[in-house]
Amino acid sequence: MLHDFVTQFWPSTIDGLSAGAIYALVALGYTMVYGVLRLINFAHSEVFMVGTFAALFVLSNVLDITHPITGIALVGVLLAMAAAAMISSGVTAVVLERVAYRPLRRKGASRLAALISAIGASFFLQELFALFVIPTVFHREQHGRDQIPVPHVMDKEGLFSIGNGVVRNDKLLVLVAAVVMMVLLDQLVNRTKVGRGIRATAQDPETAVLMGINIDRIILVTFVVGGAMAGVAAALYALEYENIKYNIGFLLGIKAFTAAVMGGIGNLRGALLGGLLLGLIEFYGASVFGSEWRDVIAFTVLVVVLMFRPTGILGEPLQKARA
Amino acid sequence: MTNPLTQLRRAAGGGLDGVRNRWETAPGAVRWAVYLLLILGALVLPSDAIGSVMSPRTDWATLLFNPIGIYVLLAIGLNVVVGQAGLLDLGYVAFFAIGGYAMAMLGTKLHWDFWVILVAGVLISALSGVVLGAPTLRLRGDYLAIVTLGFGEIVRIVANNTDSIGGPNGISGIPHPPTIADVAIGDVHPLRYGILDPRPYYYLLVAICVLVIIFVRRLEHSRVGRSWAAIREDEEAAEIMGVPTYRFKLLAFAIGASIGGAAGVVFASKVISITPMDFPFILSATILAAVVLGGSGNLPGVILGAFVMAWLPEFLRGVSPSGQDFSQYRTIAFAGLLVAMMIWRPEGLLPSRRRKAEFAEGTGGLGGLGAEVTGPDTSSAEVTR
Repeated sequence: MLHDFVTQFWPSTIDGLSAGAIYALVALGYTMVYGVLRLINFAHSEVFMVGTFAALFVLSNVLDITHPITGIALVGVLLAMAAAAMISSGVTAVVLERVAYRPLRRKGASRLAALISAIGASFFLQELFALFVIPTVFHREQHGRDQIPVPHVMDKEGLFSIGNGVVRNDKLLVLVAAVVMMVLLDQLVNRTKVGRGIRATAQDPETAVLMGINIDRIILVTFVVGGAMAGVAAALYALEYENIKYNIGFLLGIKAFTAAVMGGIGNLRGALLGGLLLGLIEFYGASVFGSEWRDVIAFTVLVVVLMFRPTGILGEPLQKARA
Repeated sequence: MTNPLTQLRRAAGGGLDGVRNRWETAPGAVRWAVYLLLILGALVLPSDAIGSVMSPRTDWATLLFNPIGIYVLLAIGLNVVVGQAGLLDLGYVAFFAIGGYAMAMLGTKLHWDFWVILVAGVLISALSGVVLGAPTLRLRGDYLAIVTLGFGEIVRIVANNTDSIGGPNGISGIPHPPTIADVAIGDVHPLRYGILDPRPYYYLLVAICVLVIIFVRRLEHSRVGRSWAAIREDEEAAEIMGVPTYRFKLLAFAIGASIGGAAGVVFASKVISITPMDFPFILSATILAAVVLGGSGNLPGVILGAFVMAWLPEFLRGVSPSGQDFSQYRTIAFAGLLVAMMIWRPEGLLPSRRRKAEFAEGTGGLGGLGAEVTGPDTSSAEVTR
């Protein structure tokens, strides 16, 4: 057991970091919406799912890629994938807010009602893709619920190795892209006017309104940014794992939310830390206990972390802890 | 000035209040008559005449047992946790699974009697509720939600990965309850538990539901129920007033868990074989949706919500305007309806009065959305109050 851990240490570290980077990007959407609205945006997993299909759409329907490409063309294709995924995920998030959350917010509904509405919206989007979008857009009549392969767009080769672990180009790309997006988002929230609005709304929405902040706009921006981050994660996921499905978001969404909670929900840096940590723990644990225990390990660690740090590792600074 | 729809809703709400007032002042004999009528109604429910209207496509008595009866019992149990104590539990299916596996293991390996297992299963589930609750109940709202969700997944995956309890294939050959007495009423043998006829199991569920409802109702109006309401509305205030909040939250978890476990035992004894796939997260979400849809905290509402959640997808299976098979569209229709319902009546179909009052304060007992002040309706309500 321990021997497996030692021999698998570097490969697990590399796999864990690249999986964790995707958790972190999706976790950002949960943590931002939670920070501002105190709502578990349960349908965020479907925002991610829409992004993966947008990336597939660019590859298979627009560009019709059948074999791996290299050089500038590859960079262009990757950017196109990311842009399409970001835009469609962002739009999905905004539509969700308009249709499923804003009417409830206007009525001053309980958070529980909003959560149920989110669960309903989540099922709705999954079924929409399984029944209509996948069969028609991707020409898979009667097979909307099957796994769909993503065209192999880049050759995955080892760049260099650390210990006995080979760092593959796609995994490095995922990690770097995630960290870059994180830094950009951190700057947006901490340096810009919109970011100040987001922080103010998270701290105290009532006072924020009195200070002349258009709270509806801030909420909209929060959903757009969270959706775009999920879009980036979706494009990277499609690139790395090359298989997508209508319910792909569910488990990933739960993991990402776990990461957000572990880092301290409402805390952007906590989302990054929680995501990477969760990825590492999962792969280390899998190397010791076997990969079928991956999810159990993740949730057990979450419970243990919360027992000792009830508001996550980094706490909740995006909002003041409100009773 | 006001929207006619709003007026209609107020009128309907007023009518409901009238019924409530009359109910509260009704003499005991009248109440007992209504209770008896309700139980009689539950007993004649599996008849073919009702079935041909309610579910023209699938066997109505089978539906009444699972999902309808099971959902109702689970929703009553979850209502103790979510509706009464205000603890958001997203992994309730874990206790259903533990009850089911208790029945399967004790029945196939130790060959215990069903009735003994029912008691044992309830105790095991209650214990698992305490085991889950003890370390986690100091957590607040959403942290608790994600931990319970994780617990639900852990139970399912552990069952899936442990070969000694069947792994992904689950356990089959679970014994039926022994026949108590072979009495026949018409062509129904209500106490003979066989393979084919779902009605005896349905009657068993009705009996358990009635017992549980009496138990939960008594609790609601006791010191325990008042403490739960206090915890739900303001935990800190309750603590300061001398309510041992942690102990009462643990009690809510244990009672909720034992009701879920009872449902699991009955379920497993009917279906003969169970697999981890029978206990997905979706079931937790559906039961929670049933509780909130019906009116969290109000028993008649919760039962109605569970009935709707279980029956509507099956009914939509049968709807076929142009002779086509629309069964594949039932989940999407159901999901859309769920969102629409929450927008139209976020407090649920039949909210309790206390809940309504909490709702008017904008919190609904679990705290409002962070930015609820923005709505023009609520802010004007603040001013006029």
